[in-house]
Formats: sequence, structure tokens, C-alpha cells
Amino acid sequence: MLARLSLTDGEIDRLAPQLSQILAYAEQVSEVAADDVEPMTHPFPLRNVMREDQPRPSLPRDLLLSQAPEVQDDRFAVPRIVAEEG
Amino acid sequence: MSELVTKSAADLVALMESGEVSSREVVDAHLARIEEVDGHARPDGDLTESDVHAFLALTAEQARRHADDVDQRRATGHPLGPLAGVPLALKDVITMRGAPTTVGSRMLQGWEPPYDATVTTRLRAADIVVLGKTNMDEFAMGSSTENSAYGNTRNPWDLGRVPGGSSGGSAAAVAGLMAPLAIGTDTGGSIRQPAAVCGVVGAKPTYGAVSRYGLVAFASSLDQAGPFARTVEDAALLQAAIHGHDPLDSTSITQELPDLFADLRAGVDGLRIGVVTELQGDGYELGVEAAFRDSLARYEAMGAVISEVSLPHAPFGLPAYYLIAPSECSSNLARFDGVRYGNRVDAPTAEEMNAATRAAGFGPEVKRRIMIGTHALSSGYYDAYYLQASKVRRLIADDFVAAFDQVDVVVSPTSPTVAFPFGSKTADPIAMYLNDVATVPASLAGVPAISVPNGRDDAGLPVGLQIMAPLLRDDLMYRVAWALEQDLGLSPIPTGGNAVAVPQGV
Repeated sequence: MLARLSLTDGEIDRLAPQLSQILAYAEQVSEVAADDVEPMTHPFPLRNVMREDQPRPSLPRDLLLSQAPEVQDDRFAVPRIVAEEG
Repeated sequence: MSELVTKSAADLVALMESGEVSSREVVDAHLARIEEVDGHARPDGDLTESDVHAFLALTAEQARRHADDVDQRRATGHPLGPLAGVPLALKDVITMRGAPTTVGSRMLQGWEPPYDATVTTRLRAADIVVLGKTNMDEFAMGSSTENSAYGNTRNPWDLGRVPGGSSGGSAAAVAGLMAPLAIGTDTGGSIRQPAAVCGVVGAKPTYGAVSRYGLVAFASSLDQAGPFARTVEDAALLQAAIHGHDPLDSTSITQELPDLFADLRAGVDGLRIGVVTELQGDGYELGVEAAFRDSLARYEAMGAVISEVSLPHAPFGLPAYYLIAPSECSSNLARFDGVRYGNRVDAPTAEEMNAATRAAGFGPEVKRRIMIGTHALSSGYYDAYYLQASKVRRLIADDFVAAFDQVDVVVSPTSPTVAFPFGSKTADPIAMYLNDVATVPASLAGVPAISVPNGRDDAGLPVGLQIMAPLLRDDLMYRVAWALEQDLGLSPIPTGGNAVAVPQGV
């Protein structure tokens, strides 16, 4: 659900044992990492990077919309998001 | 002028500067070579067993125009960069206007990026001529290029074997004499491992040295673009052309790297080289081990001090990597939802459209990693998986710091095996992941690492040595690699019964 992937029954049959196998392998990480180890998410300590607050041209709208699957009135078009009242 | 395709980039520049050849002649020779051995232009089904298939798209017309422009400026005495007029193959994960960027996926089939990556901008500023976009594992996930949605790339040393991955197309283009230079990207070994099994040089710079702007993201805290070449000097020249701070990438480092050329030829006399205890032995093929021992003996004979060093947590690098990278991928690939770019599968509601689009657009390995990553980040499992893996990452980075207190660089075989036959590891994800066992520790720590050819196994297949240096010491990595390359004097031109055809007289 969270991944927004629809899978066929065949895919589920194939993937389920593979995912269990991969997770079982990955669980080794719990063998070594003690409580007092500081997690590392990045090779260099991250800080907020600010740029000068100066206007600059953005990419042309037509160019960006030209790559979209569906466009309506200069906007990206999607199927309805809220289900109809039953 | 078919021998032009065997020349290094540095030699081609010398020939162009002396007026013996033009950039246009160099580019035409490489395009002719691609036409002869690559088969890129034919649809997937028509590729033959002798086609390397390194390229997914060629930009021949732009390349010829660019080459003519460089020639004209050279003729009028205009100052040019150190690699001006040299052709290059660009991995299809890096955006370039005027050509499709597919990332090896059906999801982005036909997409033309509206902007250039910073790497592309810098290549153009350096007047390096892009010949085309190269094949890769889908979204850079894989170690054999078999996960490409557009067919396999064949290893120029044995057309029945994989070129490694995920940058297999770039490695094969350079090994197959279709370009002297290529750009790849490396998240857990995707430059170094294909370089090793294709018998070329491939380097992952210090994390953050090369801008990620315009590099389609897989795992943002690990992804790093870098050079492929047939000589160490060429690889260093290419890195120097693309690295440097970029305000468009918030993880781009502001520190300047030391000059890569000041001590490139200084040798290794007196340098301390550490052999990583945990990255040898069980699981490494005999031919790989033999080449490794030979390299250590050569370094010792050149005056280096060889000792064993331990990276005690390195064995946990692979399990940590296969939680961290999928976690970041599951977040990064959420953007492929069928709304703003790429392909869409129609469905009655937006949510169903997202799910159907992603089901049709992603291949099996990408789906596996999205699901693993989503699971590892979900509440209830986050502490057991992602958090634990991030702690292991810290332990590995600390191991490197401790090792570099004792030695100047550490070395290991790049890959536990030589190039393997197609299909031999596709059914078992863990077997495929084990290709990265020696390369992921440097990725997790962010330190620079290079693979340099260090011999052949009994079957004549290439083997690579990995050299890992402290953060920001890319210069030291190239220096140690250069010394071995000079001492070995290996020819980079593929040989063997099932190798790609090489130009007559070479």
C-alpha cells in the first residue's frame, strides 16, 4: 500500500520469499550496533544550505508540460482523487 | 584511422594539439567503431550475439557539430581545456538536453529532460564531446546491467558474460574502444565493479566532490558520479573536469580537493598500504586472489610498506547497504507517479493510476528494493532496520578513520569474481548483491575509491584492484593506482576467443 505498487499474484508468489530472504540477510545489522552508537545518515555532517534570495528565471512552462502524460489548461491532469459518494 | 580508437584521451589531445588529427576525425573514428561493434541502433530483438550494446542512444549529429566547433576554435588559437575534442560516453542516468534519458527503465521511455545535469554542463564547458547515452541496470540497481529494460550489454572481453553494473554500458564502451572516456555513477560499487570486470579504470570520487544535480537519484547519500578510462591519468583528467562545488546540489562539498596531478607520478616509495583483513579469502576467486597477491608484491618492490589492517565492521557493510540504499530509493522513486513526466497507465482514480503506472514501469529489482525500503522505514520496523543500519554505517566510517591513522591507503580486490555468464545470478538476489561486498564499505563511509586493472585470471578475464583513500584524498588514490598501472604495463585492449573484434593491426 505505502509503496503504491500493484502486484500480480505471480509476482507476489515470487517476491514474498525473496523479500523474506533479503530481510533475513539484512537483519545481521542488529548484531553489532550498540545503543550508544550515533546513527550516520550522510558522509559529511549536513547543514541547511541557503542561497541568495534573488529571482532567477525558471524553466519554461511549455517545456515542462510537454513531457507530462496528460495536460489540461496549462496544468498537469490526473484522474479524480476523491471517490464518488456511493 | 582506426588505430585512433585505441589511443588514450591524453594521447588524442596531443595529436589534436600538434595538428596531426582533428577532433572531427577522432569523433568520426569512434562513431564508426560504435557502428561496427555496438548494434545500438537496432531494436532489442535484432541485437546479435556479437553486438556489445553499450549505447542506448547516440547523439552523432550534435557530436560532429561540437567537434567541428572545437576544431575551429583550436585553429584560431582560442584557449581550450585539457580534454577538448575528446569523445565520451555518458551513463543514461545523467540528464542532457536534446537526447532521451531513460535510466534503463520503461518508466522514462521517451522522456527528454528539460535541463542539463551539472556534470553535462561541465563536460560541455570542457569541450568534451558526448557521443551518446549508455546502458545501465534500471535506476542503477544491479551489478550486471541485466536489469536494464532495454536488453543486455555484453562484456568486450567475453561476449557471453556480463559487463558488471550498474554502469555496464559505460564500462563496455571504454573497454570496447568505442570511447576513451565515460561517465558512470557509483552508489555501492556501480563504477568500480564494472571497471574491474571490463579491465578498465573506474573511480568513485569523495562523496560530494561531483555534483548530483541532474543525476536521477537512487540513494542520495551514496550516489556519486565519476570517470571511466583506459588509463589512470585519463580518469584523473576527467574527474578534474567534472568535480567542484555546485550551489545547485545541497550536498556538494565546499572543500577543494588537492591537485590530482601534483604527485600523480610520485610513486609509492615510503607510502603505507593497508591490506583489509576482512575483504579477502573466502568467497574470492583464486584468480582474483592471485592477482591481488601479485599487486601487493609489486607495491612492496616499489618501496611501499605493506601491512594488514582491520575494518572490523566491513562484513556488516553489505547488509547495512541493502537496507540504507533501498530505504532512500523507496523515497526517491515516489516521484514516478505518472503525473508530471514519464509514462502513465490509465485507471479510474489517481491512486489506482499511480499503482498501475508503477507496476508497469518498474522491473523486478526496482520493485524489490522499493518494497524492502518501504518496509525498513515503516513505523515499527524503522528502529530494527534503518536505524540499526545507520549505526553500522557510523561504525564502518569510524573503522576507516582508525585504519587511516595507521596507513595512507587501504586496498582490496574490487570484486570477488571476474565477469560471470549471463543469467547465472539473476534468480538469487543475495548472490547478485555479494558482487558489491568489497565496494560498499567505501560507499557508506563516503571515501574515494578506484578500481585499476591488476591482471587476468587463468581464462584471461580482467581482474581489478580497489584502492581506498581518506576523505578528500582522491589525489592519493590516483597516485597509488598510477604506480601499479605503470609497473604492470597491461594492454587494455580486449583479447581472447570470445572477445569483441579489435581494429586490424592493433
